Amino acid sequence: MLSRVADAVYWMNRYMERAENVARFIDVNLALMLDLEDGYEEQWMPLVATTGDEAWFFEHYDSTTRDEVMRFLALDDRYPNSILRCMKAARENARSVREIISSEMWEQINRAYLYMREAAADPEAALDTPHELLSEIKLAVQTFVGVAHVSMTHNEAWHFGRLGRLLERADKTSRIVDVRYFLLSGAPTSTFRAVDHIHWGALLKSASAMEMYRKQYRGIRPSRVIDFLLLDARFPRAVRRCLMVAQESLRAITDNPGADTEPERRLQALCEELEGQSADSIIEAGVHEYLDRLQSDLNGVGAAVFDTFLAVKPVGDAGLE
Amino acid sequence: MEIEGYDPGSFFDEMFVARGKARAGCQLVAERLRTMSEEELRRRQRAADKSLLVMGITFNVYGHEAGAEKIFPFDLVPRVVEAVDWAALETGLEQRIRALNLFIGDVYGPQRILDEGVIPRELVESSKGYLPGCRGLKPPADVWCHITGTDLVRDDEGRFFVLEDNLRCPSGVSYVLANRSLMKRTFPRVFEASKVRPVDLYPSKLLQTLQDVAPEGVDDPTVVLLTPGTFNSAYFEHSFLAQQMGIELVEGRDLVVDDGFVKMRTTRGLQRVDVIYRRIDDDFIDPKAFRPDSLLGVSGLIEVYRKGRVTLANAPGTGVADDKVIYAFVPDMIRFYLGEEPKLNNVPTYLCRREEDLAYVLEHLDELVVKAAGESGGYGMLVGPAATKEERIAFAEKVRAEPRNYIAQPTLALSRVPTMIDGELAGRHVDLRPYILFGKEPYVLPGGLTRVALREGSLVVNSSQGGGSKDTWVLRGGVDSSPAGRRTSSQAQTQSRGGGEKA
Repeated sequence: MLSRVADAVYWMNRYMERAENVARFIDVNLALMLDLEDGYEEQWMPLVATTGDEAWFFEHYDSTTRDEVMRFLALDDRYPNSILRCMKAARENARSVREIISSEMWEQINRAYLYMREAAADPEAALDTPHELLSEIKLAVQTFVGVAHVSMTHNEAWHFGRLGRLLERADKTSRIVDVRYFLLSGAPTSTFRAVDHIHWGALLKSASAMEMYRKQYRGIRPSRVIDFLLLDARFPRAVRRCLMVAQESLRAITDNPGADTEPERRLQALCEELEGQSADSIIEAGVHEYLDRLQSDLNGVGAAVFDTFLAVKPVGDAGLE
Repeated sequence: MEIEGYDPGSFFDEMFVARGKARAGCQLVAERLRTMSEEELRRRQRAADKSLLVMGITFNVYGHEAGAEKIFPFDLVPRVVEAVDWAALETGLEQRIRALNLFIGDVYGPQRILDEGVIPRELVESSKGYLPGCRGLKPPADVWCHITGTDLVRDDEGRFFVLEDNLRCPSGVSYVLANRSLMKRTFPRVFEASKVRPVDLYPSKLLQTLQDVAPEGVDDPTVVLLTPGTFNSAYFEHSFLAQQMGIELVEGRDLVVDDGFVKMRTTRGLQRVDVIYRRIDDDFIDPKAFRPDSLLGVSGLIEVYRKGRVTLANAPGTGVADDKVIYAFVPDMIRFYLGEEPKLNNVPTYLCRREEDLAYVLEHLDELVVKAAGESGGYGMLVGPAATKEERIAFAEKVRAEPRNYIAQPTLALSRVPTMIDGELAGRHVDLRPYILFGKEPYVLPGGLTRVALREGSLVVNSSQGGGSKDTWVLRGGVDSSPAGRRTSSQAQTQSRGGGEKA
């Protein structure tokens, strides 16, 4: 398939996945703030921190109130990683590969984008019932994933899409653990201790992991939450699970059991590392430091995918002059 | 809704011969409209508009914010063409496309028609679409214009005329297919009962055409569609056709000349391409050959083409026959190359390069339509009767400065079709663009794009100028409902469906 097309399908999926994850961040924070005991101020700064774009935020916004942060993350047409802009970027990519994806996939992306555009046209109304907005977004993306699964041949293009989606999801799950973990354990005055349980629960809920976690572990304990979200081999949003499936797609793309391309080698190494890891040793070594390294390894995989399959190749013979 | 209130006016109305009196082929449609409430029609219109938006059947408007997309307004009332009329059009179009193709081959080859003075040499050589670099080229099977969209109009007596030949990259066929699928959903029973000839064959006919003209010796050719990209006004169509044909949609940056062939960059390296259905104008197709500033094309492509190692559809240089001045000579071409009389007439045309014509045109600007020779899409034209005095004066300046570049035609009283305007039927002017494929033999798609000028009284139907579209129903001839389209259409010639035709 065309490299440009593979690139567009890959990014179409990454952007859709990103949109859903941003919606999750907001949704869970909302729930968390409702559970706060009297006297605590709402905490919206951590969400801005998750994006890594604090500088941009403070250039364009005055304060980290609920409405400002939600508008920034969901509806801001100026901020490249807002849900609105992710949907727009996903749709632009989809538009350039409409003949490759199924009509149903295109229509679902288009519908999702049109919904966001309408919401962004009247932010007050949209933010007045944020749960509705966020559930719609999550549902729209999950519908897209389902439609892609059942309406498109699981060919090379489809695998590039799934690869993009899973690399994005692994990255986002690791980021959400990173930021939450810092808040939960790092605050020196331990102001959250009274509501620790709720907060660890919120971390799980960010990844829609609460119900599945309970089936496996019941009681909420920090090391088990880390284990479930990073190292579980079966939960679809766990980092290890994401990378295992990404590996399957990469193999399907290269159609090569020898695993001798650069992205395959890197992903293989990462999967093996996660398999041999334990939550306790991660906590001991420092969760933040560990996740930092994980994220940079993930970026390495993404870069290798780009170099191997998507970058425009140099041409030996420039023509017939 | 009440259809007796609809006034066919003094124009040729394609549905009603008189108030409340439908033509033979339109009776079922008229009856359905009569029995539907206005609210029901509005509801169906809204549903159709919504599905166009959801399906993303949109076009981009130049001069607006990049990527601004609009739906091409779609009107629910179909335009019906009776079998007998269509059969005449079909043979006329086939004749015309054969002659045009011979003309292009001649102009870039022996130039007989110029040597014999049938067409002034200097007219051809000064045409914007004439590419001297194409002299001596021999495209496979001697076909230059593989895909043509010819614009037709009907006058106040219902006679068809050719308004222009679009031989470069004619667009709009995707709307023909999309409109049809909307109509099947909107009026399923009337559609079925009316015996409408199908248009869904188009993508497979197009693919066959492209495969038929592959370079010699290539058994299983790789065909691609070359688009300027997502910001092009017809991008939806490029993508739709590629999808329907199951071929790669490529941009210039996906293609490269390597080792003497055109190849595309894939995830597994470079892969050879044999036939390029290009939707990029000649000027932009190869920066080495034509425009060095073009970012759209493929450097070195024309050299590979010259060596016969890749086919371009349409061939470069076809624009010479697309020139609105050359258009005036098509009847002469038909006589010259085929020894036949034209079956389809041109609209009478004044060539401003002739002194007496120029004088007449400048004298009568308020009654003529004046067009720039090398423009399309409704740009660079003046509709005299609708223009202000200032506009006419300004346009006269342009014509005087460059008379070779302008033609003028009488303002035809274009035929009208009832159209839903604010919940009521109102007569609006239409044209018709049928599509002709030419691989081994010419093939005319039974249908076409009916464009409608939605503004009252307006004669400009272009999508960029406030036009909309309608589904075009070409009826099967007689009672024979056999699916063999061509056979029934030639039968139709000998069968009278007269009835209400002249009533």
